[in-house]
Amino acid sequence: MSASLRAISDSAFAPAGLVRQPSIHELEARIKSHEWVNGQYRLMVLAAPDCVLDCRPGQFFHLLCPQTDRFQPYFRRPMSIYGYDRERGELSFLYKVAGTGTGALAELEAGDTLNIVGPIGQGFEIRPEWQRPLLLARGVGLATLAPLAKECASLGRPLTAICSARSPDLLMSTDLFRDCGAEVITVTDEEGNSGVESLTALIEGLIATRGINAFFTCGSARLMRMLQDIGTRHGIGGQVALEQHMACGIGMCQACVRPFRRADGAVNLRVCREGPVFDLQEAM
Amino acid sequence: MADLSTRIGALTLKNPIMPASGTFSEELAEVFDLDCIGAHVTKTITREKRSGNPVPRVCEVNGAMLNSIGIPSKGADLFVKNTMPFYAAYEAPLVISISANTADDFARFAEEVSAPGVAAIEVNISCPNIEDHGKAFAIRPGSTEDVIRKIRSATHLPIWAKLSPNTGEVVEVAQAAEAAGADALVTANTMLAMAIDSRSGEIRLGNVMGGLSGPALKPITLRMTYQCAKAVAIPVIGCGGISSVDDVIEYLMAGARAVQVGTATFISPNTMPRLVAELEATLAARGLASLDALIGAARLADETITLAEYA
Repeated sequence: MSASLRAISDSAFAPAGLVRQPSIHELEARIKSHEWVNGQYRLMVLAAPDCVLDCRPGQFFHLLCPQTDRFQPYFRRPMSIYGYDRERGELSFLYKVAGTGTGALAELEAGDTLNIVGPIGQGFEIRPEWQRPLLLARGVGLATLAPLAKECASLGRPLTAICSARSPDLLMSTDLFRDCGAEVITVTDEEGNSGVESLTALIEGLIATRGINAFFTCGSARLMRMLQDIGTRHGIGGQVALEQHMACGIGMCQACVRPFRRADGAVNLRVCREGPVFDLQEAM
Repeated sequence: MADLSTRIGALTLKNPIMPASGTFSEELAEVFDLDCIGAHVTKTITREKRSGNPVPRVCEVNGAMLNSIGIPSKGADLFVKNTMPFYAAYEAPLVISISANTADDFARFAEEVSAPGVAAIEVNISCPNIEDHGKAFAIRPGSTEDVIRKIRSATHLPIWAKLSPNTGEVVEVAQAAEAAGADALVTANTMLAMAIDSRSGEIRLGNVMGGLSGPALKPITLRMTYQCAKAVAIPVIGCGGISSVDDVIEYLMAGARAVQVGTATFISPNTMPRLVAELEATLAARGLASLDALIGAARLADETITLAEYA
């Protein structure tokens, strides 16, 4: 069991754990900037107080998207953290404008405020033995893995990042990964090098030449299963950030469960609470 | 400072704001101090471990939520071992919500959970997901009376009967629960509903049907609260679509002595503490010393326009 899962085991709710100081905050944050980064994705930067910037890569915020003429979302929308910077007092989200919630979000402008709840969930854990990590991101998963790349850089772990997208113009954050000192490899459907077969060959090559010994991934069930297979063959562990329909976002409603493999059979775990980051091999 | 306290039978709550079952858990303690609300109401537990319904378990519709969570339960043993001690550290009374498949199972389970530290048992005789085709005890007066009578004989604790909006016999069901020995009524649970994606044809819940909650439900459960408060002598606790202090006051005026806040907590996790503060401010602004002047204060408008005048 990974440490991120252990942290929420039943014993965490013993009386000694009584929390009187909030760790999850609900507040109005002002939008500093809100730009299109390509035809589908927007980058939102919020001015945020210290109390919500004590984040971990892989954690998320629950956003109250506005009611607009075109869109009337009711639930909050979970959004993984793209960046957090205590010095600048900034929290940022990189998101694909895809549905009712993100459609409404995209209508906000710099100067507007957004109600946010967070930070929430179990983030990535870079274990001491994971000295040579590989990040594999597909589509919007790039946003989720970006803060992890920064963390790897600050820990001095040499990093390889494979960024996958439908087309080259949808590849994002490759500069951010490079700024973190990462070796960046891009693959796209358009170029025909993003399939499981060619990626498997690529990654097995990297294991041989770079000594890759940990996988982190987000954004594709197909690529997650591929990494599970490669990991099983080569004895390499890792973590995956997952999604699920959410309602409350903080663990009350039991809506966002997914099944996970455990020694004594499959168990349902809450993506918002026990996740969104899970052990790579336990995910189903 | 206005006195927000309210009495539900033998139990005194320091304010009338409490969570609706299924929308509250230990995790909310990471958002606010759980002792600021009037009571703690747990998610419904069952005696046996249950895994719950297939996903998607929730979806949003205009101004409302549909859910078919399916009462996943870690079972009575883990509840007693882990959840009970957590709530014991708080002063707010603990209300345990329970469910079972038969009246006898309900009674047996009520007896088992009648432990020190439990202030009342809310009996979820209305959850539309647990029985086939949304059937539940609280749909008919006969099955309501039978299950409450059996639970009554099995526990000394106050019994709160959580009623269903999926009945055409609201008053008869309420009176049956009272006659069988319920100490309070909670009006009400979610309303059986459904949603379909018009583009794909996909049914939007894994369980096909689910319970409607949120602001869209409020006029229905407010009406039920009014009907029940008129029809029984035991306290009625309003529940359904409450998100503002005006919603709270409407329910009190309909005759509720307390209210449960559910779906609104998902939209704003600080809803309950905000409602406590706003209720206190509202009482102060209206020059009221307590809730008494509000409870049951609903009345017809002074100048009722008759249908004839519209014609």
